[in-house]
Amino acid sequence: MATAPDMTPDDEPRTRATFVNIGERTNVTGSAAFKKLIMAGDYVKAVEVARAQVENGAQVIDVNMDEGLLDAEHAMTTFLKLIAAEPDIARVPVMVDSSKWSVIEAGLKCVSGKPIVNSISMKEGEEAFLYHARKCMAYGAAVVVMAFDETGQADTKARKIEICGRAYKLLVGIGFPPEDIIFDPNIFAVATGIEEHNNYGVDFIEATREIRQRCPHAHISGGLSNLSFSFRGNEPVRRAMHSIFLYHAIPAGMDMGIVNAGQLDVYDQIDPELRVACEDVILNKDPDATERLITIAEKYRGQKDTVAEKAAEEWRGWPVAKRLEHALVKGLDAFVVEDTEEARQNFPRPIEVIEGPLMDGMNVVGDLFGSGKMFLPQVVKSARVMKKAVAHLLPFIEAAKEIGARPKGRIVMATVKGDVHDIGKNIVGVVLACNGYDIIDLGVMVPWTQILESANENDADMIGLSGLITPSLDEMVTVAAEMQRIGMTMPLLIGGATTSKVHTAIKIAPAYKGPVVHVLDASRAVGVASTLMSDTQKDGFVEKTAAEYDAVRRAREGKGQNELATLAEARANAFAFDPAQMAPAAAKPGLHVFEDWDLADLRDTIDWTPFFRAWELAGNFPTILDDAVVGESARSLYADAQAMLDRIVAEKWLTARGVAGLWPCRRDGDDILVRSGDAEVRMPMLRQQIRKREGRANMCLADFISPDGDWIGGFAVTAGHGIDERSAAFRAAHDDYSDIMLKALADRLAEAFAERLHAHVRADLWGYALGEQLTNEALIREQYRGIRPAPGYPACPDHSLKPILFDLLKATDATGVTLTEHFAMLPTAAVSGFYFGHADSQYFGVARIGKDQLEDYAQRRQVDIETAERWLRPNLD
Amino acid sequence: MSKADLFRAEAAKRILLTDGAFGTMIQGYGLDEAAYRGEYDTGFDQKGNNDLLALTRPDIIDAITREYLAAGSDIVSTNTFNANTISQADYGAQFLVRAMNLAAAKIARQAADDFEAKDGRPRFVAGAVGPTNKTLSLSPDVNDPGFRAIDFDELKEVYRDQVDALLDGGCDFILIETIFDTLNAKAGIMAVIEAGDARGEPVPLMISMTITDMSGRNLSGHSVEAFWAAVRHARPLTIGLNCSFGAPQLRPHVATLAAQADALMMVYPNAGLPNELGAYDEEPHTTGGFIAEWAATGLINIVGGCCGTTPAHIAKMAEAVQGHTPRALPTPPVKMMLAGLEPFVIAA
Repeated sequence: MATAPDMTPDDEPRTRATFVNIGERTNVTGSAAFKKLIMAGDYVKAVEVARAQVENGAQVIDVNMDEGLLDAEHAMTTFLKLIAAEPDIARVPVMVDSSKWSVIEAGLKCVSGKPIVNSISMKEGEEAFLYHARKCMAYGAAVVVMAFDETGQADTKARKIEICGRAYKLLVGIGFPPEDIIFDPNIFAVATGIEEHNNYGVDFIEATREIRQRCPHAHISGGLSNLSFSFRGNEPVRRAMHSIFLYHAIPAGMDMGIVNAGQLDVYDQIDPELRVACEDVILNKDPDATERLITIAEKYRGQKDTVAEKAAEEWRGWPVAKRLEHALVKGLDAFVVEDTEEARQNFPRPIEVIEGPLMDGMNVVGDLFGSGKMFLPQVVKSARVMKKAVAHLLPFIEAAKEIGARPKGRIVMATVKGDVHDIGKNIVGVVLACNGYDIIDLGVMVPWTQILESANENDADMIGLSGLITPSLDEMVTVAAEMQRIGMTMPLLIGGATTSKVHTAIKIAPAYKGPVVHVLDASRAVGVASTLMSDTQKDGFVEKTAAEYDAVRRAREGKGQNELATLAEARANAFAFDPAQMAPAAAKPGLHVFEDWDLADLRDTIDWTPFFRAWELAGNFPTILDDAVVGESARSLYADAQAMLDRIVAEKWLTARGVAGLWPCRRDGDDILVRSGDAEVRMPMLRQQIRKREGRANMCLADFISPDGDWIGGFAVTAGHGIDERSAAFRAAHDDYSDIMLKALADRLAEAFAERLHAHVRADLWGYALGEQLTNEALIREQYRGIRPAPGYPACPDHSLKPILFDLLKATDATGVTLTEHFAMLPTAAVSGFYFGHADSQYFGVARIGKDQLEDYAQRRQVDIETAERWLRPNLD
Repeated sequence: MSKADLFRAEAAKRILLTDGAFGTMIQGYGLDEAAYRGEYDTGFDQKGNNDLLALTRPDIIDAITREYLAAGSDIVSTNTFNANTISQADYGAQFLVRAMNLAAAKIARQAADDFEAKDGRPRFVAGAVGPTNKTLSLSPDVNDPGFRAIDFDELKEVYRDQVDALLDGGCDFILIETIFDTLNAKAGIMAVIEAGDARGEPVPLMISMTITDMSGRNLSGHSVEAFWAAVRHARPLTIGLNCSFGAPQLRPHVATLAAQADALMMVYPNAGLPNELGAYDEEPHTTGGFIAEWAATGLINIVGGCCGTTPAHIAKMAEAVQGHTPRALPTPPVKMMLAGLEPFVIAA
């Protein structure tokens, strides 16, 4: 814990050993240089003044913006917020200094520790005084109380003691902690040539002694610069006067002072002649003291003490690379442009400054951050310095038309769905951006659809996912799995507080065949990203990482199994089938082909929310149309979509083809045996194996089917026929907007078709919900009996069931939809799945399964383990 | 006797128990979006909006609260960590904030009163106020370190709305918890002071900081001692730490704070550190073991659990503190204690 050092010499008895230096360099009334900076709005340099002050030993910094031409409230809050971002400065308490209460209160709202208010007084009476004191208590601030009352400022010893005593009584009376009271009994200028002023030093020192006795626990402070006001321009004399005044006032009980910490002399080292002259003035030893001091003062004018300045500026003399590193590590941007320019002169190509000294400096930052020696706010500052340096170099790089002038890579970043934490992600984004990467930040709570669409549309080089809360981990696996599902190959970076190498290795990497890399923290992001963008280093790094993760997975084998139930246990905990809730036999069994479903009918069933999401407009339909931020774009997009839909329907751009089938079936273990003609087709399903809480089942879709005979359905629909021609035409006309619009609408129509067909099946073909009357909204929310799980989705994660389903449905003949070798459907605006009619049937996620189930499943599917593993990888350890 | 005095009297007799995590318990119910949403369609996905459950699934919140009371909790906190207009904006549910807090407070009040009526042991309800997802001390924009996404007065009003609703719903105390930004907490304290002024009696405050790095600082950079200096003016009923890490990592910081804070010490750590898969797997008896050591060394007055803890953990803690003397409040010397990110003490 910081405590004030002993400033007093040992050769005299001292009643109090501590003295607190309050820096006054960030006070516009005390420092002309600071005032100039603030008036010019140069807050960057103004912040450096505060830093120098703390480095020089100020234990509290006084901030004062009382200048007639300034908006003092604005200047105060701006400056306080800026120094709050500098840990080197913010480590010390602040003194919020103003003669205006409104400025003080504005300042208090920006200070996070426990500050001091300078000052309040009884100038406007007791009521205002106590009002201000109560406010200070509620903001959690100590106060400087000026010895000032309704009749004026206290000048004599008696007035000082009287006013401070009265104020103390009032404050303690309202419960103000006495230790948080600091009296300022007013230091006035001496040696002014006016006789009444000669005793001001003595009055202060003696009043201090008395007040300390009468007001237990209270402190005494004073602004020292007033004292030597007559000698302005003669720094050596002023320094000597201040040191000598403190030498006498501290033993009397002055324990704080507004002092320029770098400008105090050591008492013993003051030239004896000057020392004696000053002492005689301050202690008012004789009437001629002032004259004597004025006489000798001229000898000292112009002498400079540069020791302190040298120490503060020492790093400025270092080699340029070292200076850049220092600036990056310390987050100092005052000199970074000139240093970067100097470095540029030393390198043949400007890009080498980035790749060399700047990256070296950032690596130091990364190591310090990684080892816990730097904190987040400091890293953010380093990033800012880096950005300034890069900004300086960019025009040179562009002028030289170097490869480095292009973005080093384009990265789509997002905090995954369900998570709103984005501080970490923003930092990584900034660090990467200032290292020359083009960052597309999708924000928070981003669904995987949007992440993938954005990555594709923007031709990203990689995707970065972030999350802080534990459910985000699962969402990241979903994103990875979806990337795999649509056949992406770009690297996937994983970061965030709860992510880990182990989770990435075990859960995420297996879900995605492209490179997956866990990035420990913001400082590592640049290294990882640049390696992944490098032609020469990428492959080696990807292989090495994959091998590392593989080792992690192997190490985990045999561990972590306790989370899973055995397959036998999971089956014993199956969902209890209730025969009473079975759906009746299908009214119209067999296949029902729909060659050309009415597009106008589908149009009314569209779920618009995902459409807007596809266009990166966040919000639900229809409220999104009135959204304050995106409402206007949403309305315009919606109007364009409606216009295109008019043409799609009227000119029949697309053809909606579908097939639904209803078959008798029965359950056999975890398989569903579907009767098709005379044959029974085996449809093996997967069962949840994660150990469940008491009373919760390990679900499997087969649980919704009776072993004694039941019914099941299947479907495949598309709204994508005809799209290719139109799409090609739009692209030929460079009309990307319409092209994307058409694809998005086709997807929506396919989804609407699936929903609409399901309703038709329930109400008519299967007929178990004859009277069902649902609004479109209710449909979208799936407020109906039965489910339509699709292969490749959580309840039925194995895509490879699609060929079996397609065979049953003769789907390719009926709808023209084909499957790729990876079981993706073409046209892409297509949906397929099963129908379950049991009233208890519900969606669930199979999630992780054990080796026992994998083996069992392989046997049931009659494939080798490797094939089954490939199909089920996202669900395996 | 006021509730605060009754609380102090109970705390003088024994180490008291607060509750454990709501989030982990709610997750166990595996609710889908529709269950979260209930009748409240705001046009946003409500999954994960735990605070909304006070309105849509009060049965679950009630059941969890009662599980904690049955496990031995003397204090139950309301499930309102994010029930403020800032956090709820992510769910489009700002207009439900008052209703959420009222409902959550009433659930906790009723449950606490029922248990108190059963065995005569006093039970207390703490209205939980989270940090929101905005910060008064840090700029979200790296290029503009002076920028703030919110200001003190705005945040104070957000807190005030929540605090008023919690008090109207019957809470005994206000618990400002998981404080990652000290200035946010100061705005919260101001809101509580003003709420007390409006009600004509001071509202007892419980204050709980969270540490975000192993060096023992919160996100705004304050050390534990600097934090205490910055909030001591609230004269809180309890001061302490929650969340952060598991009990062993938290212990040194608990000891630092316990040595100088002249308020009751309440600590509720996580169930260990999350494992690599993000789950908390510290067994209740393990947590209980750590707490037994804290109790034996006189570090605590009130103990409970944060992330990953369950009624089983609370029950083990209750066993662990049985028979141990509660921490005696220190009488620190009267000194001015200022703070930047570091504390600065001036001996008078």
